[in-house]
Amino acid sequence: MSTQIKAQAEAQTLRVRSGDVELAVKVYGDTRQSAKQPAKQPVVVLVHGYPDSNHVWNKVVGPLSARYRVVAYDVRGAGESTVPTHTAAYELEHLVADLAAVVDAVSPEQPIHLVAHDWGSIQSWEAVSTERLKGRIASYTSISGPSLDHAGYWVMQRLRSAAPGEIAKVANQLMHSWYIGAFHLPLAAPLAWKLGLDQLWPKLLERFEGIRGESAPTQSSDGQHGVNLYRANVAKRLLSPRERRTSVPVQLVVPTRDRFVSLELLEGLDQWVDELWRRDVAAGHWLQLSHPELVVRYVSEFVDFIEGGEEPAALHRARVRSGRKPGNNKYAGKLAIVTGGGSGIGRETLLALAEQGAEVVAADIDLAAAQRSAELAELLGATAHARKVDVGDAKAMEAFAAWVASELGAPDIVVNNAGIGMAGNFLDTSTADWEKILHVNLWGVIHGSRLFGKQMVAAGKSGHIVNVASALAFAPSRMLAAYATSKAAVAMLSDCLRAELADQGIHVVSVCPGVIDTSITGNTRFVGVSEEEQKRRRDGAKKLYQRRNLKPQAVSAAILKAIDNNRQEVLVGSEAHGARLLSRLSPKLSRRLARMELSF
Amino acid sequence: MSKGWDPAIADLDGFREAQQLAYRCAEAIADELTPGMTEREAAALMQHWLTANGANDCFHQPFAWFGDRTAFRGFIGFRHFGGFNPAFYPGSRKLEENMPYILDCAPTLNGYTADIGYSGCIGENRILDKLMDDLLEYRVLILGLVKQRKQLSEISQAVDRLCAKHGYEPRHKAYPFQVLAHRVEKLEADERKHRSVLNFGVRNIGKLVSDVAKGRREGWSPLWSSGHASDHPPTPGLWAVEPHLGFRGVGAKWEELLVVTEEDAFWLDDDVPQVRRWLSRGLEPLAKAA
Repeated sequence: MSTQIKAQAEAQTLRVRSGDVELAVKVYGDTRQSAKQPAKQPVVVLVHGYPDSNHVWNKVVGPLSARYRVVAYDVRGAGESTVPTHTAAYELEHLVADLAAVVDAVSPEQPIHLVAHDWGSIQSWEAVSTERLKGRIASYTSISGPSLDHAGYWVMQRLRSAAPGEIAKVANQLMHSWYIGAFHLPLAAPLAWKLGLDQLWPKLLERFEGIRGESAPTQSSDGQHGVNLYRANVAKRLLSPRERRTSVPVQLVVPTRDRFVSLELLEGLDQWVDELWRRDVAAGHWLQLSHPELVVRYVSEFVDFIEGGEEPAALHRARVRSGRKPGNNKYAGKLAIVTGGGSGIGRETLLALAEQGAEVVAADIDLAAAQRSAELAELLGATAHARKVDVGDAKAMEAFAAWVASELGAPDIVVNNAGIGMAGNFLDTSTADWEKILHVNLWGVIHGSRLFGKQMVAAGKSGHIVNVASALAFAPSRMLAAYATSKAAVAMLSDCLRAELADQGIHVVSVCPGVIDTSITGNTRFVGVSEEEQKRRRDGAKKLYQRRNLKPQAVSAAILKAIDNNRQEVLVGSEAHGARLLSRLSPKLSRRLARMELSF
Repeated sequence: MSKGWDPAIADLDGFREAQQLAYRCAEAIADELTPGMTEREAAALMQHWLTANGANDCFHQPFAWFGDRTAFRGFIGFRHFGGFNPAFYPGSRKLEENMPYILDCAPTLNGYTADIGYSGCIGENRILDKLMDDLLEYRVLILGLVKQRKQLSEISQAVDRLCAKHGYEPRHKAYPFQVLAHRVEKLEADERKHRSVLNFGVRNIGKLVSDVAKGRREGWSPLWSSGHASDHPPTPGLWAVEPHLGFRGVGAKWEELLVVTEEDAFWLDDDVPQVRRWLSRGLEPLAKAA
């Protein structure tokens, strides 16, 4: 709150005339810049939606004005701007003219960076795709407001396709847009606002969107008159859409839990926009109120890049590239981290994600192996990185996570896969053996989940944390006490973490493979036996695993499926399914079988 | 063990001539390949070329694999029946731009048999390039271990490990008996045209079968794989070595004759397309060591 007040205190208020209305404009930041002195700081213009006024930007103007000249104005009919009474006065061309008048007043020479939300975004699409402001807009960040013309084409293209799936998407969007129909009813909406919806509004926001805030002083009036935006434009544009193309770079910031705009509406947007970026945030409609720090970061990164700075990795990844083979870029724009990515299940998972368009990071204690995996991922067309990390080492993992955060941004998918094998009797397993296996198999998963989970939450990513456990997590064996214990811990950790992160929309899955033929058999430590016997048993285990012939590809395929379907637990191999069933149907038998001495 | 095998210079020259003929054939047909051509057409072109250039028998009639069949994906990767799979035979898959292909032929010339594999594509394929670059390491590895007289099974396992390190699938495991290599023997030289059954040359397969019987008595196998049958030091003679790598839908191989003597081993000929390619791509000094 204090930043808002401070920012507001520094604001300079202007009245700008546009035709027969007067607009209330606030200018924040370096107010010493005047028309005489050419502006040095980039100018960011914020356009609010319905039923808001410029107050909706209160949480972002402070941080943004530290680096830019920030302009927020009340659109006609809202806040302290003139309220025209005719519905026709709310047509998009007038709204664009208003924006043009503001831009002429605050930045007559330097092109501005436009940031808009909801109806502000709808009218800004009109502004970037029509002649009036050509050359005056350097970039456009659009939050939750599609172009009505694009939407019109979107509906037409889908209806024409006559495919049931496509038509269902249209029906879904119509259901999201119930309120638009309601706004067309005479009297209803304005009456609701008059009868006290404005008093109720902050409570509704808190109840449904989880946003705390005070009602804007003009809330009732904003609600009543803004309805005209819908009445003047929606039907007309949807029924006879016009082609609206733009060469202005556009960054879409997409709240994926938006109740009012469906995500499908953004499909195929790249046909209208030359340069398009897209960032998804697991949040509701009013992103600038729920995640102001993210809005500030995304706007700053985009503005700085357009102003000639470097394109940060996260922004680069967010670029929407058309022309990639369709059906082959399920994870385009996603960042995936795989520990133990230098071999076996880790490498296969890394490659499968890379093949589907993800940018990947192979982390492994063996740097050469990680580099090789990254090289293979690049062959598949992905951007790939390799890092040497000891996953059980807290400091090393923190350094790794910090590197990811600063160089690449928060990940979307984390696969905590690194693990080592150990076999032998419990009484022969030394403290050092225990420390060794828990270091990798458990601490590695703890560090990976904790550090990257935090990054995902902070970035509003509805990401995936994949923890590789084992069928031994629920199949006890006297021969594998240490290994099975470490994996049971991973499974339980995943179950608890899943519950905790569900609120943030982060998906946690534990993967329980059976007997998979990887190099882990060759490195498994057999405690309590001589070197020679260990080698003999390793060879025996290797042979058994080879005979089973279940490949790491089976696990990577299961992991991708689990990610796509938000599965909680996946079992790989019939032995894993059998052990799971046994542990449930007859735990007694399962425990009896645990007494069997398996000889490799 | 077949003791006292001493390669006569004349015999090696004969095998070298046969191998050069086979590679010339592969290169000539590779030049003729165009998009739209089927595997069967390519194999027939090779057969025609070989016959026209003096080959009168073969170890097997030419094979051609296009696209993901080079990596033995799908039905062709079916490993039951010991790897005898009709899907190996040239089929109706059509060649496309940037699609990998493998040509494999094994002509007999004047009683000397060669067996070669040649990988390429029309256009560009980054994965294929990488596979072919990496295939150099296998040539160096195999020769080095044979010179050290390691057991053949151990060498084959070392190849498997190198595949795992590289992240490739050892696709030669899809061959009959999962062989990395097999023996070839000298036949009677004559002018007659000899028969093939199911695309395999009767005389050469007969030799292989008698090698199997002989090897069983002497404790070695003419079929070199990772299994126990190959738990023996390199047996003197000529081995057609064919590491075949696969990555996603792309496969690549080379196949060459390795000469094993009582004390030493060497590749029959270093003037082969894959070695020339490695040298031209500056993969020295490893290429020189190969």
